[in-house]
Formats: sequence, structure tokens, C-alpha cells
Amino acid sequence: MRIELEVNSVTYALDVEERTTLLDCLRDALGLKGAHAGCEHGVCGACTVLLDGVAVRSCLIFAPQAEGSAITTIEGLSPSPGELSPIQDAFCETHGMQCGYCTPAMILVAYALLADNPSPTREEIVEAISGNICRCTGYAQIVEAIALAAERIRGANRPLELRK
Amino acid sequence: MSAGHHRYVATNRRVREDRRFVAGKGQFVADIDLPNMKHVALVTCPYAAARIKSIDKKAALATPGVHYVLDGAELAAATLPLMTGLDTPNVPRRPLAFEVARYSGEWVAAVVADTRALAEDAAEAIEIDYEPLPFVLDAEQAIAPGASLVHEPHGSNVLLDKTFVWGEVDKDFATSPHKLSLRVKWARSSTVPIETFGVVASWDPWSDILDVYASIQMPRYTDQIGAALKIAGSSVRVHYDVDVGGSYGVKRGIKHTVLCGYLARRLGFPVRLIEDRLENMRGGDAHGPERLFDIEVAFDNDGIVRSMKMRALENVGAYAGRSPFQLGKPIGAIVGPYKIRSVQYRAMAVVTNKTTQEAVRGFGQAPTNLAIERVMDEVANVLGLDPLEVRRRNLIRSDEFPYQIPSGTTYDSGNYETVIAKVLADTSYDELKKERDRLRAEGNLAGIGIAACLEPSGGNATFEALLNPANTTSTFMDSCRINVDGLGAITATMHTTSSGQGHETLVGTVIGEVLQLDPDIIRVTRPDSLNSLPSGTPVASRMAIMLGGAAFHAAHKLKMKLTTIAAHDLGIPMERAVYERGEVYDRNAPDKRRSWMDLVAIAHRNYHRMPQDFEPGLAVEHIYQVPTGGTLPTKDGRVQMYPCFSFEFHLLLLAIDPDLGVPEILRYRLGHDCGTQINPKIVRGMTLGGIAHGIGAAFYEEFAYNDDGQLIAQTFMDYLLPSSQEVPAVDIIDHETPSPHTVLGQKGSGESGYLGAPAAIANAVNDALRPLGVSINTLPLKISKLGDLIAEAQAKKG
Amino acid sequence: MKAAPFRYFRAADIDEACALLAADEGARVIAGGQTLVPMMVMRLARPTRLIDINRIAALSYIRKDANGIAIGATTRQCLVERDALVATELPLLARAIPFIGHNATRARGTIGGSLANADPAAELSLIAITLDATLSYRAGGKTSHIPARDFFVGPMTTSLPAGACLTGVCFPVWLGKIGVGFHEVNARRSDFAFVSAAAQVEFGPDGKCKRIAIGVGAATDFPMRLETAEQQLKGTALDERTVGAALREALSDFEPLSDLHASAEYRRRAADKLAARAIADACAHAQGKKTHAH
Repeated sequence: MRIELEVNSVTYALDVEERTTLLDCLRDALGLKGAHAGCEHGVCGACTVLLDGVAVRSCLIFAPQAEGSAITTIEGLSPSPGELSPIQDAFCETHGMQCGYCTPAMILVAYALLADNPSPTREEIVEAISGNICRCTGYAQIVEAIALAAERIRGANRPLELRK
Repeated sequence: MSAGHHRYVATNRRVREDRRFVAGKGQFVADIDLPNMKHVALVTCPYAAARIKSIDKKAALATPGVHYVLDGAELAAATLPLMTGLDTPNVPRRPLAFEVARYSGEWVAAVVADTRALAEDAAEAIEIDYEPLPFVLDAEQAIAPGASLVHEPHGSNVLLDKTFVWGEVDKDFATSPHKLSLRVKWARSSTVPIETFGVVASWDPWSDILDVYASIQMPRYTDQIGAALKIAGSSVRVHYDVDVGGSYGVKRGIKHTVLCGYLARRLGFPVRLIEDRLENMRGGDAHGPERLFDIEVAFDNDGIVRSMKMRALENVGAYAGRSPFQLGKPIGAIVGPYKIRSVQYRAMAVVTNKTTQEAVRGFGQAPTNLAIERVMDEVANVLGLDPLEVRRRNLIRSDEFPYQIPSGTTYDSGNYETVIAKVLADTSYDELKKERDRLRAEGNLAGIGIAACLEPSGGNATFEALLNPANTTSTFMDSCRINVDGLGAITATMHTTSSGQGHETLVGTVIGEVLQLDPDIIRVTRPDSLNSLPSGTPVASRMAIMLGGAAFHAAHKLKMKLTTIAAHDLGIPMERAVYERGEVYDRNAPDKRRSWMDLVAIAHRNYHRMPQDFEPGLAVEHIYQVPTGGTLPTKDGRVQMYPCFSFEFHLLLLAIDPDLGVPEILRYRLGHDCGTQINPKIVRGMTLGGIAHGIGAAFYEEFAYNDDGQLIAQTFMDYLLPSSQEVPAVDIIDHETPSPHTVLGQKGSGESGYLGAPAAIANAVNDALRPLGVSINTLPLKISKLGDLIAEAQAKKG
Repeated sequence: MKAAPFRYFRAADIDEACALLAADEGARVIAGGQTLVPMMVMRLARPTRLIDINRIAALSYIRKDANGIAIGATTRQCLVERDALVATELPLLARAIPFIGHNATRARGTIGGSLANADPAAELSLIAITLDATLSYRAGGKTSHIPARDFFVGPMTTSLPAGACLTGVCFPVWLGKIGVGFHEVNARRSDFAFVSAAAQVEFGPDGKCKRIAIGVGAATDFPMRLETAEQQLKGTALDERTVGAALREALSDFEPLSDLHASAEYRRRAADKLAARAIADACAHAQGKKTHAH
């Protein structure tokens, strides 16, 4: 089936099987490997992408369903090759990861949270990431990363903008 | 040797690996696309035990896009069974079931197709005629007379039954005024990484090399691939630069690899198997311990425990895997941090018709700590003493190190009383007790839980020899190579995969420390197995010690080489040559110096200026033996197991809603001593992650089976992993008692938190239930179980 | 875990969706997909055709009508969660929605999808039963209505006829001095509940209970109302003892489910406790006081 997907502000014309999930489409058809398969049944959250700025599980969306939406993956967050965005840098500062498998998803969730709520409390951060499982960190350094990112973004010149 | 002042070690440096992960540029096995690569899906046995009578592949093979269907018979004829550590030739283990399938979910056939989806379509079309067989699921039933045999030719369900007696156990029991027995059950759970196991295998018939990319954490991986496929190890090229998405022990994947390796050789194109979550949970063979402890202690009126008898009965699953050895490793810390002077230990490994186990974080130490710590609390309970006081009276004192325990291992160093004192200085024990009592007064159930336990670290394979005398391995080495190129750039290599432990950062930091150069200029790479030196891989909490040690010694060799070249070129004796931050100068005339670039030029280009018989270039390597290793067990089963012992002290306050049985951890403090912390952020992260694992094992996680032998927790909807909501804030209080055996005083911390959290939580829950007169010694401590237990007790009280 | 093959259709309006459904016995509607897709990738559901109704704008709405608050079937749960009208007019629904799954599942999951799926533990089913909601569906060009109590007939089973598509649900609004309470117990915060309880109370000028609705979910094949307790509690002050006695009686022949997560005994006790807490919360809420912490 022929579909058109807008991913990280670029529109792609693709030919995919109807049953291909958005996750598999991003990874296999577009070579965007940052979204990861952890369970493929919508529990672990490692497949998270932003759909029109909202964090969703890409393993639970069939690719044709995503037509007409603006999809943002982790690859769309780096300002330029080799350069880290404030949230990505904050995760490096607090070591908010270990194996890195859940990390792109956590960062996207953080992005969506901070775009909506620039000054989240610790509880709000914990709640925001509660749909993403991490087996390595016990979450503390991830929460610290998001709090640090919030603080830095609040103090920066440019507000957090999502490319729509 | 000491945790003295460091330039780079023990500072909060960024972990260099993080950069690629935050960009989504990690290279995980599922990210690898090889040209013409095909995909595997598995056909699994639906019965707990069944004879495989026939496999009809016709419809599957007729499906478009399908290339091959492999069955157990073909694979068995072409490969050797997978290696096992015990001497049990009648319990062979193969990637695909051969003639008999022995657990529900066991892989029976593999389909190869153009896409994973097509492979799954075809897998559904395979018709298999099974003859269901009797099965057994419970370990105690498996050893009872008349139990059905999981492996008929083996004659019993017992893989291992070995009893050790260290010290005068009978005498100590006879002369002690008190005895206490307890049964403690650690239910089947595992580490369950978010990334499943995956492997891509590709065979090049022109160079006779099998390329393997895998999400692997496994010693002797290339050995075992070669052995099963009957090819030389030098025909196997494992790519160590694959990022592993979490493992914590379990990603051994040897059956997946042999399966794909065979298919790649047979079919002539790259073959990829990425377990889906169902394949992983049921048939990935990555389950963890399911252990029943019967433990008995003999103690005096002051709560001093003199002797312990322990029987550990392990439900291994249908095949051996690494499981039996997880009964052996705890021998190296069998008395925990206590001065128990005699021990009788019976290790029993039993097969049942459940999924095969693999090595899990701690390799059996966490369940053993649960048993020991529950008993210590019960000793306190019986005598009416405070549980913390009982610990204090039994703990090895700091002036007693090095301390040899009855099973022959000597603990290197420790200062348990100071770690505990530091925790209590931060959180007053009396205040905690008052808070508990206030909660109780308000109608809650509330309890304080403590656990004091050790993390044996550094790895040493001597538990293999303990359980299988035919195995005479007395080393568990690691290695590092450093090369400085013709323009002065430094590249170090490490020879294994990692799964989030920050090893590249570790190597860079240690080499930078020795060379007094910024670690960030030191590139660290991972060659493949054909370009590598030996490595024991990141198991057994060993890498800080072993890779750190190898990197340290290699860097030191380089520093010596540079100093020697400079001294020779300066015309001064070695004693006057001072190495400082990459330069060497004459102590008596500091202006006489050679810079880094000078020395590089001499080594790489000006051989006429080199010392006699020196190798040109600036390349060094070091292969590091386990400190204190190199011996085999004595006849009575005593041996020095691991070199270093980290210590952790858990203190937590927990409340339980008496109506609903819902537990909540209100406060959590951990005292942690792993010697010198090479990168504190890494250590903290691992410990907090370990505690989260422990919370999962304590409250939520179980591979539950129904009476038909079906795994009913096969997805993440039923196997419950802790989310951010389930992990409370934890304060870690650090202390550093260096190890005398390691290059920087570092000990391991890869298992920290997980080793003691379930024990501390179980103790807190039991403390909370104590006023009701009930106790619970089975994990997981599920809400429903707690609720039912509380209701029963309240009904009895009237 | 890849779904079995299917043909994908995007319906422009509800009648096209129904026509597509009617044309193929193996056809199923997909909205949020948060429950359907997991079943499909595990091959427990194998629709031959999938009819995507997400784009039917006419099915996404939250509005007040003569019968209460009407919510369209494809309205995202997160929209209901943030809606001001729902917050003021349907406080019980507003209280329960955050318990459904996670942010990411509520971002896609729909009101209709959850109701049509009829999971015994679903919060929306419980609220629909507790408030006597009316569900609407379309089939063969005709719209029909069915009360919630007749809609849920078994675990994952509704009385929706073949070829029909749920179009919306209407929740009656209670006027006067209202209070609500909602509690559930589960292993982890956002899991399927073992047991859940919902209560809505209206107080009269005499300070006594004028009207009360009590629902218990997740413990049986579909949520149930504790009607005998509701009758007994009308006109009382809803003090702890009276409530306790009424609940005990209402639950006396209660036969809850037993599974991996909770025993029947546990569910029986929890139903009693949670219902009591929900009622207590409803009372406190009506009086403007703080409610029981979760």
C-alpha cells in the first residue's frame, strides 16, 4: 500500500504492507533506528515517538494510520549532526541511562512534557515517564535529567519548540 | 592500592557512551542490516512435555517468501549439543528440541523467510504431531519417588546433589542453646531486559568465517559457537561493538546463535533472529533462579549464630544452562558478612518441565542473601532482640580483615560497622522506629527492614571446579591493549561487549589516570573476536576490577616504555627520569625534557635513538589474572572464590494498607561500600537500578505456571516490571574501604542493590506483619497474598 | 509479533464504516488500537479487514444535550481527561479517567474503543454502569441506543450486533449537591485493576443521601451495581456503620474472579473496602472536604 509519512519535517512516499506498524516502518523503511522494539504490545514504551507533539507507542499504530500526522523521532531532536539538544545534554550530564535502549523514548517523553509543562514537579516527572520501563537505572538519574533540562531550558533564551 | 587523591578516577566524568544513546545512534543488533539478510521465527511446543512425532513443513514451504524450515532432527545431526558445565552427558541441550520437547514454549522448528512477518505466517502453517507426555513442574515433586523423568536416559531428575561440610557443624549445633529452622522460597523471576536477545549470523565460505552480531553477554561465546558448529574458534568472528540493551546476566543466547550460525552456513545468506517478547519469555531460556531454601541455624542467648545448615533446592527447568552453578558461586560468601564458624551446605539442582534458566545478576547470591537475612531477623525475633543489634553482634569487625570464612574464601577488606554508622547518622534508627510506631498507632501495618550483605566481585571460575571436579579452570582473565599511533593519538581496545556499564569510559578513565592525560583524548574501541585478546566478559561483577586492572597495567607498561625511551635519549639513568602528563624530564635539570610528540617520533620513526633491543612503535598489552586466583578447591571443597567483597546495608521503612495489603516503601537508605569508585555516577546508577530490580523481584515479578505447565506470565501485562511509580527515592550513603588486591582499590558494583533489596523488603514486610503473628517467606510478596494473609490473621484474632 | 495480513480501509463517515463492516465477517473497526493491536500482533485477533474510523470527525465530540453529556466514540481519552465540561458535569468520569493506562495510551485510546472492548477491569465500563449511561451504535443506516446495563454481557463481550459500530455514549448528569469517589487496587499504579469501585452521591437539603449509585468493577465478568445497597442507603446519613452493613449484604452472594493476580477471597474483601472508601470520598467531596489518599 502506498502511503505518505511526514517524519522529522520531511515527507516520504513509501510502499508498505498494511500490517506494518509505524515502529517497523520507521526502522525498516526509513532507517530510523532510534525507536526500539521492547515488547511490541504497548507496555514498555521503548517504541515511543511523538505524533503531532504527543508521545505515543509506535508499536500500536499501523503505518497507514499515521498518514497526515507530523511524526517526530529522536533523530529529529539533535539540532545538527553531532550536536545535542538541551534535553539530550542533560541526560548526559546526570547519566540518565545505562544501556541506552529506553533512552530515545524517555527523551521524547521529556520533550513532550516540557513543551506542555516547563516547570514540572518531581511527581509530575515521575508520572510522565511512568509509561516507559527502564531496567537499568531505577529511574532516579532519568528524573534528575529531566529536572535539570527543565531548569536549563527555563533559563535559556529560546523556548522549547517542536517542529510541527 | 588506595583510594587516595585521584585526577580522573573518582570524579564525576560524563560517560562517553551516553552521547550515542541520547541521539538514538546506539548500534543494537536489531539495527544491523546486512544485504540479503533473512529472518527467523520459531515454532514452539504447546505442551509441557511431548514426543515430536512428525513435522509437516509442506504448507509452510509453499508460502511465498519462505526459504527454509529447520527441525530438531536436522540440527542434531549436523551440530554438537551445547556445552554444559556439569558432567551430565544424558541431559543434552540443543537449540531445537530433538525427538522430545521438554517445556511449553521450547523451540521445535525455525522458519526462514524474507521478513519476520512472513516467517510468522509460515510458522503458523507448520503442522506438528505431538504425543503429550507426563510432566513435573515442582522441584520437590521432581525428586519424589515416582516422578516422571524429564530426561529418561539420565535416570533421575537430579543434575547435582552435593553436600559440603566446613567446620564442626554437628558439634556446634549440639553445643548451642538455640536452634531455628526456616523455609524460604525465591520464586522464578529474572532480569528481563527491555531488549530481547537477538543475533545476526553470516557465513563467508571464501574466508571460512562466520560473522556474528549479537546482543550478547557471555564468557566463552566463541568457544561454544565453534564447538557446537564443529568449526574452529578462529572461524568465528563475534563483533564486540554491538551495543547490548541490558542483560544483567541473562543474554547467553548460545542456542539462538548456533541455530542462526547453522542456517547461515547451510543457506548461504545472513540469517537474523530477534526474539519477540513471547519467544523470549517462554523459550528464550533466560529465566532466573527458582530456589527453595531449608535453612537451620544454631545460636546462643546473645544471638551469636555459630553454625548454619542450608539446603538449596533449585528448579533448573528442562535443561542445565548455567543454573546449577548459581548454587556454587554463593559458597564464596556462604556466611554473608557474619562470623558464622561452621557451615553445612547442600546444593541440589533438579530438572523440571519448565523453561531453562540462565545466569542472573548475582549468580545466586541474591536468593542466598534473602535466606540468610530472613534467618537473622528470626533469630532476633526468637530472642526478643533488636534485629540490627543481632547483626552488629555477628558482623565481621573491621580489624578482623582479611577474614577467612569456613568455605575457604578470604574476604579482602571491609568496614561494616562504619558503613552502618554512617547510614544511622543520616537516618536515626530510633526516629525510624518511632515513625513505624506512629504509623501502627494510626491503624497501619508498618515495618522496618534491614539487610546486610556482600557483593562478591572480580569473578573467578572456581565454583565450576567445586561442582564438577573434572573442570580445572583457575583463571578468569581480562585484557587491554593500547597503541599510540605515529601522530601521537592513543587508542585502547577492550575485548568484549557491554550492556550499559560504561566500560569505554572506565578504560579511558583508568588509562588517563595512569598516563596523567585527559581521558577524553583516549579513544576506546572494541575489535572483533579475531582481533581480540582474551576476556571473561562483564559477568560476576568483575569489570571494574579486571578490565580496570588490565587497563591500568597496560597503561603502566606504556608509561614505563615512554620513560625508558626518554631516559635513554636524554642520556640519564632511569631514577632521574620523571614522567609527568605525557612528558619526561630530568629530575636534576627539568629543562631537559622530551615531549609526547618527541617520544612518538623516536618510537615510530627514529629507531636509531631507541634503547637497545626495544620494539619500535608504542604498543602495549596486558592480560590480567584474577587477583588471589590460580588455585583449585581442596578435597573438602574449600577454595578462594572471588577476590573482592563489596558491602551493602539496606534500611527501609514500609507500610502496608491492612485492608488491601498494598505495600508502600516510605523511606529507603542504602549504605554502600565498593572501595574506590572509578566513576561515581556509573556506580550510583547501577546501584539504584539494582534496587529497582530487587523491588521487582520482591513484589511484582514471577514466571508463574498453571497446572498444565503453561507459562501464564508471558507478556508484560502479566510479568510486571517496576515503573517509575514503583521505585521510591533512595538515598545512598557511600563509604570506601579499598581492596588491597586491586590496582586502584576498586571493588565491583554491578550487582549492588539487587543483592540485598529483596531481603530488606522481605524483612520489612515480616516486621509489619509481626503484630498479627504471621510471617511470609515466599517471594514475590504480592498484594493479594499479603491481603489474604492479613485477613486470615485478623479473623483468627477475632 | 507481527499481525496476520489484513486489508486496510479508511472510512470517511460512519455509514461507510458500517457498510465495510457488513461486507466482511472478518472485518473490525480500529480506533485508538491500544487494545486491538496487541491482540492482533499476538494473533489472538485476526481481522481480515481493518476499518480505520479515526478520521470520522463527526464521531469525536463532547457536548451537552438534553440527556446529559454526550461523548463521541472516537473521542480520545486524553481530551475527555482535560475537558472542562466533563470536569464540572461528570466529576466521576473525570476522577476515573487518569487511572486508565498511561498518558501515551490515553493519547490514542478512545472512549468508544474501551467501551466496545469491554474488559472486565475497564474504568470506563464501570463509570458507564454506575451512571446508567446510554450507548449508541449505528448499523445498516440506523442508529440505536442501549443502556449500559444491557450492553456488557460477558468478559470482552457486548451486545453490539454484528456489523454495528459504536458511535457514542451519553452520561446523565446529576444536579444538586453531588460528591464522587473512585478507587481501585492493582499491582502497579497503571495496571488493570484487581478490583475497582465508583460511587456518586446526591445529598438532600436535610443532609441525608437522596440518591446514590455504587459500582464495582474488575471483580466479575463485567461491572455490577450494588443496587440493594443503593436502596438501603437512600435516606441515610451514609455513616460508616450503615454503609458497612449495606455493602456487606449487597456483596454476600458476590462471586468474584480468581486469577494470577488476585484470589476470589481477596477481591471479595477489596470490593467491600473500596466501595466503602469510594462512598466516604463521595461524602467528603460533596461537603468540600479532602478525600482519602490513593
